[in-house]
Amino acid sequence: MTLFLQQVLNGLTLGGVYSLVALGLTLVYGILHVPNFAHGAFYMAGAYVSYYMMTSLGVNYWLAMGAAAIAVAALSMLADRLVFHPLRNAPELHDMIAAIGIMLFLEAGAQALWGADFHRMPTPYGQMVEVLGLTAPAQRLLIIAAAFGLMVLLHLFLTRTVTGSTIVAMAQNREGAALVGIDATRVTLLVFAISGALAAIAATLYAPINLVYPSMGNLVITKAFVIIILGGMGSIPGAIVGGLIIGMAESFGGFYVSTDYKDIIAFVLLVAILSIRPQGLFASKAA
Amino acid sequence: MSNVLQGKTGWALLLALAIVFPLVTPNSYYLTVMTLAFIYAIATLGLNLITGYTGQLNLAHGGFMAIGAYTLGILTVDHQVPFWGAFVLSGVVCMAVGYLVGVVSLRLKGHYFSIFTLCIGYIIYLLIEKWESLTHGTVGLIGIPVPASVGPLVFDNVQAQYYLVLFFLVAGTFLMHRIVTSLLGRSFMAVRNSDALAEALGINLMRTKVLSFVLSVSYAGFAGALYAGQVRFLGPDIARTDLTFDMVMAMLVGGTGTLLGPLLGAVLVPWVTQTLQFLQDYRMLVFGPVLILLIIFVPDGIVGSWAKRQARRAAAARRGGKSRAQPAGTPVVANPNANAANAANAGADHA
Repeated sequence: MTLFLQQVLNGLTLGGVYSLVALGLTLVYGILHVPNFAHGAFYMAGAYVSYYMMTSLGVNYWLAMGAAAIAVAALSMLADRLVFHPLRNAPELHDMIAAIGIMLFLEAGAQALWGADFHRMPTPYGQMVEVLGLTAPAQRLLIIAAAFGLMVLLHLFLTRTVTGSTIVAMAQNREGAALVGIDATRVTLLVFAISGALAAIAATLYAPINLVYPSMGNLVITKAFVIIILGGMGSIPGAIVGGLIIGMAESFGGFYVSTDYKDIIAFVLLVAILSIRPQGLFASKAA
Repeated sequence: MSNVLQGKTGWALLLALAIVFPLVTPNSYYLTVMTLAFIYAIATLGLNLITGYTGQLNLAHGGFMAIGAYTLGILTVDHQVPFWGAFVLSGVVCMAVGYLVGVVSLRLKGHYFSIFTLCIGYIIYLLIEKWESLTHGTVGLIGIPVPASVGPLVFDNVQAQYYLVLFFLVAGTFLMHRIVTSLLGRSFMAVRNSDALAEALGINLMRTKVLSFVLSVSYAGFAGALYAGQVRFLGPDIARTDLTFDMVMAMLVGGTGTLLGPLLGAVLVPWVTQTLQFLQDYRMLVFGPVLILLIIFVPDGIVGSWAKRQARRAAAARRGGKSRAQPAGTPVVANPNANAANAANAGADHA
């Protein structure tokens, strides 16, 4: 039973991180209909910025996380202005290839700046905590709390504020939103900023129990794609539910089936589901 | 003048250059680079069939090249299958896997297809890395034999290898030419321009797409097998997604949806990489932005842009009214551009 609960805890940790990354991806897709392959590189950049702040500048964990969020949000907005905005009328193939270009550039950039080595990020929450007879590293509990807290915040922002509503409106109907006076350029920038910040926070949360290296974003981003396909591209609840499904599947699959193949589980799940339902699990009619 | 370079004369000239190249090159290193470039050109030719002509960006193409390479490697090293038997099988295995993947993945459209194939690419990579009993995992496959001799032809030196690969490149290009100028090629392009339109014309969408996919990955498979015979060592790295991105870039530099484009790109990109060798791992620092600039400013690539210019000139000449009788070759050149413009419109409609 304890082992089972331990896997649930692991699944929630993984699921929380995946959901945060997938949320950023799905927000951008909802607005621009661009699968942002560079999102994984943003995630990686976030981890590196925090790592650099903490080890070289000795900044506190939370401050480093904030700095990473701001830095990556700026990076993400820059990518929109320089790359996606000029391509807004191009065929979809072009957006995808440009996103790949950004990803390759950022990965090589990280490697040039910080080397190809693996780094371990320090954390002030290294101790073990006992909860209901379960021992868990504090970092994992922190991830769960922060991830789900952020999701609630994002939900409140999107539904309760005017700025948030403009994002939802744009995602629902671009022309309609423009007609009622919503500035598409500003909303797109805002979405890219939120998406980048979410990726940076997710990376800073997850990095202490994982490692920091230039291609760390690749696996996470492909899994995030699996998640938003499962959940329906552009759907916010879909990204959260999808993230939890993949997190749980990996945690239980890694424990009960084989740790070697745990990274494949997400992809096999995707292949299996899309073979039966090509439109995804919770796809909306609009897709 | 430039019309002379078009059509058969141009191709003959290119072939002549390729044949003469080993005789004028100063050392065998350049020859090896060129041989590898030709192998990538074969694979890129295949990628261009599904992406350039049929309009589906397949991000698992490098994975299929790895399947071809590993099939040859495993069969020759672990099971002592003769080289050419294994060579044929590596294409067949690729086509079989491609058929299965295609049937599932081509039900998805646009972004979904690309993301799905990206995941397939990862599955292939992870399987090669983890399935140690079959693929030797990260240790890799060592001691793959060189291509066996055919009659009096022996392929144990660099020059012979070069001509062997060149032979396959020429054969592959010729075959591709026959495919894209046939009715089948036309139906591929119809699918690229508009799914709905193609279906209205009576084209079986699914069958056409799967056929294009299977043909395309067979090029990757044979290229992979040649790669294995040339490099003679295989590690899981060959299945990394970087390889696919390299091929996408080569295709883009040359020009998608043209026959010459991917060849030119695939030969050009490794040479540029060679000259940028001091950058080594950081070459993407240059190539990433180049890829973005290309897609924004020169989306048709070298060959595409050139053909477009030619078409514009021809049109201007026609408007001038003087030379009504254009050579028969011109409409053929003009056609891909009309299609490209249609594809752009179709893409904008989807967005």
